[in-house]
Amino acid sequence: MNELRRGLSVALAIARKDATSELRGRQAAGSTLFFAAIVLLLFGFALGPDSRRLAEAAPGLLWLAIVFGGLLTMARLHQLEADDGALEQLALYPVDRRAIYAGKALAGAAAMLVLGGLLLPVVAILYAIPIGSSWLPLLVAVVLGAIGFAAVGTAYAGLTVRMRAREVMLPLLMLPIVAPLLLAAVKATVASLSGDPLGELGSWLQLLVAFDIIMLVVGAGTYGFLLEE
Amino acid sequence: MKTRILGFVALAAIIGAAVNGLFVVPADLNQGDAQRVMYPHVASAWLAYASFGVTALAGIGYLFSRDLRFDAVALAGAEVGVMFTAFAIWGGMMWGRPVWGVYWQWEDPRLTTTALLLALYVGYLLLRRLTDDPARRAARAAVVGLIAAVDIPIVHFSVLWWRGLHQAPTFIDPGKGLHASVPLLFVAALLAMLGAFTLAWIYLMIRRYQLARIEWQLEEQARVGRVSAARRGGTPAAAPPSTKVEEPAR
Repeated sequence: MNELRRGLSVALAIARKDATSELRGRQAAGSTLFFAAIVLLLFGFALGPDSRRLAEAAPGLLWLAIVFGGLLTMARLHQLEADDGALEQLALYPVDRRAIYAGKALAGAAAMLVLGGLLLPVVAILYAIPIGSSWLPLLVAVVLGAIGFAAVGTAYAGLTVRMRAREVMLPLLMLPIVAPLLLAAVKATVASLSGDPLGELGSWLQLLVAFDIIMLVVGAGTYGFLLEE
Repeated sequence: MKTRILGFVALAAIIGAAVNGLFVVPADLNQGDAQRVMYPHVASAWLAYASFGVTALAGIGYLFSRDLRFDAVALAGAEVGVMFTAFAIWGGMMWGRPVWGVYWQWEDPRLTTTALLLALYVGYLLLRRLTDDPARRAARAAVVGLIAAVDIPIVHFSVLWWRGLHQAPTFIDPGKGLHASVPLLFVAALLAMLGAFTLAWIYLMIRRYQLARIEWQLEEQARVGRVSAARRGGTPAAAPPSTKVEEPAR
């Protein structure tokens, strides 16, 4: 019990540290958001001015923008550590590696949540989607998506951060892994926007929960091996 | 020597199973000769899954034992698995063109799952190429192999649901166009092909494992050679630049 509490406080301390450095280095986080917004704008150009088609594609485009912005976010959160040898310091602390993973994943999930939360209104405005009435299921989907993405992203960013060609390896490894997350999140978004006529929202949210739990467990179990190297 | 014999036996078995599948077994009533693609297609898909399972288990074995022989097994599984996956996709497309009219069918959950599978493990192999230190490479590859393996069932289920049908998920479904009422002859032909492919799979796994061990020994020899050359009074600058294992993170 005591160990659990200690692990929790370590995780919270690491998450707080990451959040502080994110907030103080505002440009990086801000430019990621701006990048994702530009992606949304370009999707509009790519799919043409037909507003009905854009509205139909909006859930998919929203999640693609979150995924692209998320890749940058995950890489940045670990780059901060690797830059001044901080990751080695972190690895030397006599704490449970799972707590370190939990802290990094928590910070990552928070950053993803902010990204998703800010992109939702952008999508609503750009593609004329009414999100007012279905904000609650949308928020749940974004939260679950953020957790799952951060769970995978933390492990893979920790893996690629000291690698050659990490800029291409992180997306290359991560995108096929998060494919089911993307699929379930898009389906859940479509279902919540349309008022869930087929009653499938629950299934997709369950799939997201399952993805989150599985990836968190695997990530926590393996992150220590990556720190050790 | 024993491995070589196994190789010849596997080759003979594949030729036998191919002749059986092409000329002995009658063509399917609905699909005609296109259905014959199913035998190697399904067999290679199954073996691809088996290979990736081996990779994941060997990865876990490495993480707990730090024995590089596990890593060689993991590498063999991933490489042979990618080959069988590519073969399965190719066969599926050759079958899809005459039967569905298109090479690629987004509605088919297995095809999309398999495509993701290929992407996952090509990434795994690329990751291995980009890491030079054997222990580091093995640890990273083990983690990636493990995450990829737990992702496969999630991908499978999500893509099944994606079609919007509440069809009962089946892991073992002996191929498209093959139902419970299928003639026993077809099942026998598939099993024969599966057996032949499995022999080839074992042969390839052994050979790739041996090759990985030899590669590792060569790497070791080169490293020892460089160290002793430096000790004999060669200046450190004379060492080739590849001694540097990995670039520092900026």
